[in-house]
Amino acid sequence: MSETITIDGKEIPFKAGQTIIEAATAAGVYIPHLCHKPGYKPHGSCKLCTVNVNGRRCSACTFPAATGQAILNKTQELEDNRRKITQMLFVEGNHFCPSCEKTGNCQLQGVAYYLAMKDNHFPHFFANRELDASHPDLLIDHNRCIFCNLCVRASQEKDGKNVFAISGRGINKRLIINSKTGLLKDSDIEVNDCAVQVCPTGAILEKRKGYSTPIGQRIYDTQQIDQVSLTQETVYE
Amino acid sequence: MSDKIRVATTSLAGCFGCHMSFLDIDERLLKLAELVEFDRSPITDIEHCSDCDIGLIEGGVCNAENVHVLREFRKNCKILVAVGACSINGGLPAMRNHIPLEECLNEAYIKGIGVENPQIPNDPELPLLLDKVYPIHEIVKVDYYLPGCPPSADVFWTFLTDLIEGREPSLPYELVHYD
Ligand code: SF4
Ligand code: FES
Repeated sequence: MSETITIDGKEIPFKAGQTIIEAATAAGVYIPHLCHKPGYKPHGSCKLCTVNVNGRRCSACTFPAATGQAILNKTQELEDNRRKITQMLFVEGNHFCPSCEKTGNCQLQGVAYYLAMKDNHFPHFFANRELDASHPDLLIDHNRCIFCNLCVRASQEKDGKNVFAISGRGINKRLIINSKTGLLKDSDIEVNDCAVQVCPTGAILEKRKGYSTPIGQRIYDTQQIDQVSLTQETVYE
Repeated sequence: MSDKIRVATTSLAGCFGCHMSFLDIDERLLKLAELVEFDRSPITDIEHCSDCDIGLIEGGVCNAENVHVLREFRKNCKILVAVGACSINGGLPAMRNHIPLEECLNEAYIKGIGVENPQIPNDPELPLLLDKVYPIHEIVKVDYYLPGCPPSADVFWTFLTDLIEGREPSLPYELVHYD
């Protein structure tokens, strides 16, 4: 007999060692997430995947599935909280979708669309963030970084390099680059590195590729992120 | 006064793209004209708002005049709607927000390429610029938001017909875009 948890009343099997989000995804249940990606060590920082486990708030991407868990996922309250979290991400950085090459393929946007977010609610920080276009094939626009840590993990775990780290706290938090000058061109990053492809937003971009798919025909223009996530997780995988 | 629904519209720090997109409802404009009467709007050239049911605001708030117009709309419109990316998050004009105002003016009017007779415009008729471009919800209470750069004609149509026919406006997934 396999062991099960329930999510919104639906019985879901799990294997020992699986997190809640892993068991859910395997059973075709979408839990919104941004810093989680299958195949990467969990980071548990964006809190979008917060679910209610036996009355207690937990991050589904870090919390192990265990027998007897009654989990709430798609409730009005949790979805409202997720929308607020997403709005905070939008006002913390500078997310001007009409001027971003990643628009339509951006997971931050995809999640916001899924949560029916129409406005940013909070006062905007209009933080002063840098753009590093020093590398011949890549650029990094810090305005769009949501500190999901995926590029940090990808560089270490998949590329066997150590190009990125997140430094500082709170409003002064920023993504730093491991090179003498702090610039991308002097790091050992290459265009096909997982660290480049993994970025869920338009923060790390390949140059000269931005408009190969016209706006209007992009991933989240036509499909909702829950479907995309459950079928392929991301096109850049 | 007729018993038609009164609608006012304006563009603050916007490009009139949202208004153009509104006009893209094409022949549905005739149907709309049966139901609504336009008050202050670039469509009518009426200069000040009277009592209105719906106010549509395009653009963010970049100068002192924008603040006055926005407050006039809020005072006179039962339902105030932020239309388009710029009214919602400042949009492209807000990309100046991390550059000090003096630097912006110097670049545009003093040091810019091809500038003749360099001087910063200072006519008393010109509204003073604000330090930043602000989304409208940071100045007044906003009742509804129509995202998009611009929102498509179908967004305007769906939203207005919902509202006029007494339904809670709701946009299907395909109509919500931030770009
Ligand atoms: S650059 Fe992209 S992948 Fe890296 S932390 Fe920022 S948002 Fe995440
Ligand atoms: S996806 Fe779980 S905290 Fe980010």
